[in-house]
Amino acid sequence: MIANLAQLAAEETKQNPLVPAGPELLIGTIAFAIVFFFFWKKLLPNINKVLEERRAAIEGGIEEADAMKVEAQSVLEQYKAQLAEARHEAARLRQEAQEQGAALIAEMRAEGQRQREEIVTAGHTQIEADRKAAAQTLRQDVGKLATELAGKLVGESLEDHARQSRVIDRFLDELEEKAEATR
Amino acid sequence: MSDNGCGFPAPGLNSFLFKPLFTVGGFEFNKVMLLALVTTLVVVVFFSAAFGKAKVVPGKLQMVGEAGYDFVRRGIVYETLGKREGEKWVPLMVSLFFFVWLMNVWSVIPLAQFPVSSVIAFPMVLAAIVYITWVALTFKKHGFVGFFKNVTGYDKSLGAVLPLVMVIEFFSNLLVRPFTHAVRLFANMFAGHLMLVMFTVASWYLLNSWLVVGAGVSFLMTVAMILFELFVQAVQAYVFVLLACSYIQGALAEHH
Repeated sequence: MIANLAQLAAEETKQNPLVPAGPELLIGTIAFAIVFFFFWKKLLPNINKVLEERRAAIEGGIEEADAMKVEAQSVLEQYKAQLAEARHEAARLRQEAQEQGAALIAEMRAEGQRQREEIVTAGHTQIEADRKAAAQTLRQDVGKLATELAGKLVGESLEDHARQSRVIDRFLDELEEKAEATR
Repeated sequence: MSDNGCGFPAPGLNSFLFKPLFTVGGFEFNKVMLLALVTTLVVVVFFSAAFGKAKVVPGKLQMVGEAGYDFVRRGIVYETLGKREGEKWVPLMVSLFFFVWLMNVWSVIPLAQFPVSSVIAFPMVLAAIVYITWVALTFKKHGFVGFFKNVTGYDKSLGAVLPLVMVIEFFSNLLVRPFTHAVRLFANMFAGHLMLVMFTVASWYLLNSWLVVGAGVSFLMTVAMILFELFVQAVQAYVFVLLACSYIQGALAEHH
């Protein structure tokens, strides 16, 4: 041990830690060259390929997700469009029903109006006819009564039928004309 | 070794000397070389296991490997060189990072307990590789005159001080840079190892002298230093690769 230390101490005197030893330089170069060669030629190309594949896989996944998102979006749009269409259709039907109902009511109202007018007209016609008939009857009765009254007043001379009838009619016409004029 | 009377075997440069494990025709193979080769073996085996049969859906090992790979690729290379320019430098930087880191980590691994990067030859080899790459790239990118403009920081707007700047820049970039690049890593690991050895030896020494409290404090310091070293090892690997990237970036930059 002592001899050993003495020997090392002796070597130490000529030892300079900043001066490299040739064999160590050689070994160092070889050792590093091997590491570099493996990394350069084999290991890093290997891992780079895998990293690239992984990146591609992740990007592929993202693209797929994007595509699905787009599809979902389009389906949603489609549903929305269909829903809007259905709503529109329903509104249209409601509108149509309203219009039809209104038209029906108007039609019925018009029909009622027409029937009412018909009835009124028929009534008027009936009344007119009755009035004419009554007037006709009245005219004859009045003529007869007046003739009788006149005959009683002036004797039998006015019994001549033809004359009598002409005079009465003329009188009545005059009366009628007067009535027309005053109306 | 100085003897101050108490007989404490203060660790010194002898901590960095190893007797050859075996000798082949005058070639002395020592522990540091063995650790360097084991470093290569571990890095290659680990990443072969992680990336050899890489899957799109990663296993645990692949995930860990990917995290490390991503840290260097995105966190260092893309950050400094950009994605487009940086991509072809990724293999070099990934190799550098994991190789350096593991060389450092040996410092706290039982049985190994020695950072390979505390032997100047190893950082020097790596710094030389980065340096040669940088010089070659600068030549290729800017041509002969462009190379000198690039390394001397040629800038007409500097006027009178331009010659001075050019001398300083030339000296700093072309001559000092590879040295500092290697020594920064070396010195950190060297000092860290010395501290670890010091506290470990001191714990043992104080315990043998029945200074139990002192031994306890020293042991706690050893544990603290191990944790600190774990941090420094990662930081130094990171810094080494970050600097390599920034040198490459300087070569790629358009001269102004």
